[in-house]
Amino acid sequence: MPIDHRKLSRRSVLAGTAAGAVLLGAPGIVRAQTKALKIAVLLPRSGYLAQAGQSCHRGALVAPSVLSDFGHKVELVHIDMESNPDVARTQAERAINEGAQCIVGAFDSAGTLAIAQVCEQRKVPLVVNIAAAPQLTEQGYKYLVRNFPTGGMLVRNGLQQIQALIDTTKIAPKTAVFLHANDNFGMAQRKGMDALFPKAGLPFKLLESIPYDPKAQDLSVEVTKIRGLNPDLLLVVTRAADAIKLVRDTVRQKFQPMAIISPGAPGLYDEEFYKALGPLADYHVDALPWANPKSKVTQALEAAFTKQQPKYRFPVECFNVGFTFDALLIAADAFKRAGTADGPELMKALMATDLADHAMIGPPIKFDAKGQNVDIPSSCVQNRNRTPTVVLPADAATMAPVLPMPPWQGRT
Amino acid sequence: MAITLNVIVQGVLTGLVYGLMALGLSVIFGVMRVVNFAHGEFTVIAMYAAFILFEMLGLQPLIVLLPIAAAFFVVGYLLQRSLISPFVGRAEHEQFILLVGLATVIVNGLLLVFGPDARPINLPYSFDSYAIGSLFIDKVRVYAALGAFAVAAALFLFFRYTRTGTAIRACADNLTGAAVVGLDVKQLYAVTFGLGLACVGAAGTLMATIADASPSLAQAYTLLAFTIVIIGGLGSMVGALVGGVLIGVSEALAGFYIQPSMKSMFSFALLIIVLVLRPQGLLGRRL
Repeated sequence: MPIDHRKLSRRSVLAGTAAGAVLLGAPGIVRAQTKALKIAVLLPRSGYLAQAGQSCHRGALVAPSVLSDFGHKVELVHIDMESNPDVARTQAERAINEGAQCIVGAFDSAGTLAIAQVCEQRKVPLVVNIAAAPQLTEQGYKYLVRNFPTGGMLVRNGLQQIQALIDTTKIAPKTAVFLHANDNFGMAQRKGMDALFPKAGLPFKLLESIPYDPKAQDLSVEVTKIRGLNPDLLLVVTRAADAIKLVRDTVRQKFQPMAIISPGAPGLYDEEFYKALGPLADYHVDALPWANPKSKVTQALEAAFTKQQPKYRFPVECFNVGFTFDALLIAADAFKRAGTADGPELMKALMATDLADHAMIGPPIKFDAKGQNVDIPSSCVQNRNRTPTVVLPADAATMAPVLPMPPWQGRT
Repeated sequence: MAITLNVIVQGVLTGLVYGLMALGLSVIFGVMRVVNFAHGEFTVIAMYAAFILFEMLGLQPLIVLLPIAAAFFVVGYLLQRSLISPFVGRAEHEQFILLVGLATVIVNGLLLVFGPDARPINLPYSFDSYAIGSLFIDKVRVYAALGAFAVAAALFLFFRYTRTGTAIRACADNLTGAAVVGLDVKQLYAVTFGLGLACVGAAGTLMATIADASPSLAQAYTLLAFTIVIIGGLGSMVGALVGGVLIGVSEALAGFYIQPSMKSMFSFALLIIVLVLRPQGLLGRRL
């Protein structure tokens, strides 16, 4: 078809150019003005962290419907980082290339650090759900916020809760032994204990810190050693399999402490622990951040979780599920306030977060200049009828703490 | 003093079960000169077998000990006839690749079927112990050690007093001579591999009472069995039991007096000392 050059004017060329520019720039504008925030959720769903990663994933799966009920619109892309920081980096890069406007993850500190570097380069906000390495908020990242305590905060808050537990139950322990796995997490907790216990002002003496190999067949030698020291309290940092061995050998050697308390570590509240030990799994205490059973957000989350994941118990999963949900809620809330998914604008809104209603126990979520929520309290969770139950602080507790724990005999 | 004695007794009891596990490796190597690199993996299969029989039928490990050992004998016999036999007499690296491949298949199969979680057998006496003065000795450990001792004794008697046992010893001592006098060497090798796996089956069943079954244990058990037989003397049956007890006690004492997390370091230190001072092992000689 011949072109009628007479109809081509300067004005029409300008209009055409402008229209073309609008069309070419459309993806960026659309990306910034979408009605739902596109979030890539990166978690270690396979590999050695799979158990916890899958638990977080279940929280992410249930989140969109709950967030929708609270007036937030999110579109989630679920990505497995295979418990591998290199995979985490590559997958974060890929997710952003495919349109992710925010990233939530990644349970593991090493993986989260790898993702943080990508987010910083691409100016895409990262909301950390679970990762305790202090350097995440100490290295000056401008596109990262973390709603999870650092390792030091976990130990300090855990020790405060132990003091509160002693005050509430009126027990009078004189001595304690600290038993911990000699893996990365256990050694970090040991470092925290060494630094913070002398300043914590607790009314008992720490007799000894005993590291153990988590691959050990049993903990009989460790328990024999503890029995020789005869402490009133046993403070432990374990994983589920070791916690089972510990309680089993403690019962066999008829050693009866006032309490077995974990100052901020998993193991004592795993489903595996309850199944293996039955009534012997009861009365152990974990001092760590926990979902608030009295929060309306937690109640909505629990109802949705129970419906969608009937094979899993929310009270057992709520640590991973709650923190993952809260991370998504923080991102969705910032998006709503910012009115755009543009990275710098969304990040400004994230830093201005002041979120009173959320799943985990604690005051409104806020971030300091480094992107760290410095006010995430621990709570005391005691196993009661094979269910982790909040017993402190009083405003979130559904039961009163029971210590000293009842004797082993008669429980089997 | 009482606590030290407690630690030693627990170490001896655990060491006897370790020894039984290593006995299977020692028997197979002593006769066939094949090193079973899938030894720990077979031990873990036996642990799962005991777990399944307990969970599904309520049968306690001490009751299913002999049936599991018998089943493992059959598996070992068939495995030797079908898979191992062509590799007997071939270069060590070929045997190594074959058995490491088998080990990899077993571990991944177990992970697929059972997942990575540890599976405990909760017996009615799992949490009980015998109190002798200030000594507390776990019931499960006592039963497991007695079981291990009984199986090891039966194996000694078999090799000493039966015609098949004598024939197997003849094969181990002089293969050519055994063939010349008309012994069916292939058949005897299959029986030997079966006996080795029967030991593993029994040891795994007993182990399931003191440790929780998990695929991740397999490699550690293979390494442990190797350490024990090298210390005791490759091919020596008594050496395997002695090595097991030595490892059990040294790990327990090192864990108690030095640092629990350094337990396994001491078994390897013992291994190095034995290799330097007595490379054939403490009781090293052919079966």
